[in-house]
Amino acid sequence: MNTMTRLVKNRIALAGLIIISLYVVIIVVSFFWLPFDPMEMNPELMLQKPSLSSGHIFGTDEFGRDILSRVMKGSAVSLMISILATLLGATFGILMGIWAGFLGGRWDNVIMRIADILFSFPSLLLAIFIMAILGENNANIIIAIGIVYIPQFARISRGAIIALKSNEFVRAARSNGAGSSYILFNHLLPNSIAPIIVQISLSLSVAILLESALSFLGLGIQPPEPSWGNMLSSARKVMMLAPWTAIYPGLAIVTLVLGFNLLGDGLRDILDPRLRNVR
Amino acid sequence: MENKTLLEVKDLKVHFPIQKGIIFKRNAGFIRAVDGVSFSVRKGESLGLVGESGCGKSTTAMAIAQLQSLTAGSVMFEGTDLTALKKEDLQKMRMNFQIVFQDPYSSLDPRMRAIDLIAEPMRIYAKRGLLALTESEIEAKATSLMDVCGLSPTFKGRYPHEFSGGQRQRIGIARALSLEPKLILADEPVSALDVSIQSQILNLLKDLQQQFDLTFLFIAHDLAVVEYFCSRVAVMYLGHIVETASSQQLYHDSLHPYTQALLSAVPLPDPINARKRKRIILEGDVPSPSKIHKGCPFVERCPKAMKQCSLTPPRLKEVSPGHEVACFLYE
Repeated sequence: MNTMTRLVKNRIALAGLIIISLYVVIIVVSFFWLPFDPMEMNPELMLQKPSLSSGHIFGTDEFGRDILSRVMKGSAVSLMISILATLLGATFGILMGIWAGFLGGRWDNVIMRIADILFSFPSLLLAIFIMAILGENNANIIIAIGIVYIPQFARISRGAIIALKSNEFVRAARSNGAGSSYILFNHLLPNSIAPIIVQISLSLSVAILLESALSFLGLGIQPPEPSWGNMLSSARKVMMLAPWTAIYPGLAIVTLVLGFNLLGDGLRDILDPRLRNVR
Repeated sequence: MENKTLLEVKDLKVHFPIQKGIIFKRNAGFIRAVDGVSFSVRKGESLGLVGESGCGKSTTAMAIAQLQSLTAGSVMFEGTDLTALKKEDLQKMRMNFQIVFQDPYSSLDPRMRAIDLIAEPMRIYAKRGLLALTESEIEAKATSLMDVCGLSPTFKGRYPHEFSGGQRQRIGIARALSLEPKLILADEPVSALDVSIQSQILNLLKDLQQQFDLTFLFIAHDLAVVEYFCSRVAVMYLGHIVETASSQQLYHDSLHPYTQALLSAVPLPDPINARKRKRIILEGDVPSPSKIHKGCPFVERCPKAMKQCSLTPPRLKEVSPGHEVACFLYE
C-alpha cells in the first residue's frame, strides 16, 4: 500500500483532506466568480440578516458588503499566508535544528540560544513587533509569522535529531561506511518526521489564527481587502446587533484549522510503520 | 587454526574529558575508560573480552571499530594502522570488520524493512563503486542471508517492530555479514536476550564462524557464554587487561585474584557444588575511573595485595604458553 491509498483509508486524515480540498475549491472558484463584489459598499443593504431570497446567504456587514463573498475572497489570502509562513518557518527552523542537533557543541549552543531569545517573546507580541519594523504588507505578514515559527521548528527538529542520534542504528550505519549526510537523510530525518509533521499541521492552523489576530489588530491585511481576521475585527463593533458578521468568518477559521489538524494527525499515523497495521 | 594475526591492539587508551561549567567549559580531569590495553586476535579464533560493566570493554570495541576516537595507541588490522587512515580509506577498510550490536531494538532503524536493513551496507558500498553488485544481486544476497541466519525470506518486507528480540538480532547478524567481513566485533550480542534465545544465537554465530571463516572479538559479561563461545579470553578490570588465557586455562587455572573472584561468582546450576565452592567476595566498589593509579588498578580490593602493588603497575607477563597475567604474585 502506498502513502496515498493509506491516506484515503485513514478516516481522520481523509476528513482533514476533504475539508482542505473544499477550501481549495472555494479559493479557485473565488478567482473567477463571487456572488457579489466583496469590496463594493452599499449603505442601503447595511447589516442584512442572512437570507436566501436577497441572495446574501451569509448576510451583509456594516457597509452593506456581502459576507459570503468576503469570506470566499479572504480564504485565498488566509490560506496563502498560512502555507507560505509555515513553509518559511519550517525550512529555516528545521535546517537550524538539524544543524544544531547533528553537529552539537558550540554551534548547538549558539543556534539554540538565538532560538531561546526568539522564544522568550509571546508569539503574537513577536509578530506585532516584526510587523511594526517591516511595515504593513502581505509579504511582511508571511515573514513575521515565519520568523515566529523558526525557533519552534528548530527546537523540535533538534530534539528529535538528538534523541535519534544516540540510537545504535546510527552507529551501525557509520560502521557500514555511511557518511554523515547519508545518515542524516536516510536515518535521522525519516525518523524525526512524525513530530515535524504534527508541528507543521499545527503551525498551518496557528498561522491562520495569527494572521487573523494581526489583521484584527490592524497590522495584517488592510481593509477594504477582506481577510478573516479583519472581518472579525470590524464585526466586533456590530456583533451584538448582527452576530452573523462574526459567526461566518469565525466558522471559516475554525473549520480550516480543524482540517489542518485532522490531516496532520492522520499523516503522523500513516507515516509511522509501527502504527501502520494497528486498527 | 592458522596463526596469522588479524587484529593487533597496542596500548589503546580512550580517555573522556570531564567537563564542568555551562558556558565556559573547563576540563576537570579524565575518565580513563580504556587505559593502555594491548592484545591481538589471530585469524579464525574468537577472543572473549570479559569484565564487569563499566570496565571499558565496549569502549574498546568501539575504539577498534574507529567509532570512538582514541586518546592513544594503535589498532593494526592485517598490518594497516586503522587510526592513521584517511577517511575514505577507513570507509573502504570498514568492509572487513563489522559490528553486531548489543541492543537489537535500537540497532535497527524502525523505518526500514528487514531486507533493506540487511542490504543497506551493500548498497552503500555499491554506490561508491567498491562493491560490484547490481541492485537485484544485492537483493538476492540479502534474501539468502536471511535464510542463512535462520529468518524466513517471507519476512523480508516486515519492519523491525514486527520481529521478536532474537529475530531482530538475527537481522543484525545478517547485516554484519552482508559485506563478507573478516572480523566481527560482537558487542554483547546476546546479553539483551532471553537465556533460551541466547543459546540459539550463540549456535548461529558458531555455525557462521565455520561457514564464513570468521574471526570474533566477543564482548560479554556472562562468563558461561564466553566459556562456551570463545577459544581465548581476556579479562578486563578498570580499563586494563589483567589476564589473558585460553578458555581451558582460564576456567580451570585462573591466576589473577580478580579473575578468581569473578569466576567464583558464576552461578552454578548444581546447588551442592555451589555450596562446596569457596566464594571470594571482594570488598568495596570499583574505584572511579577518573582516578590515576600509580600501581595495580585492583590493589584497593585485592585480597592478596602486597606492598609493591600500590607502587608500580604490574605488566602483562606470560607465565605459561598462551597464559598472560598482570600480577606481582607471578613475577
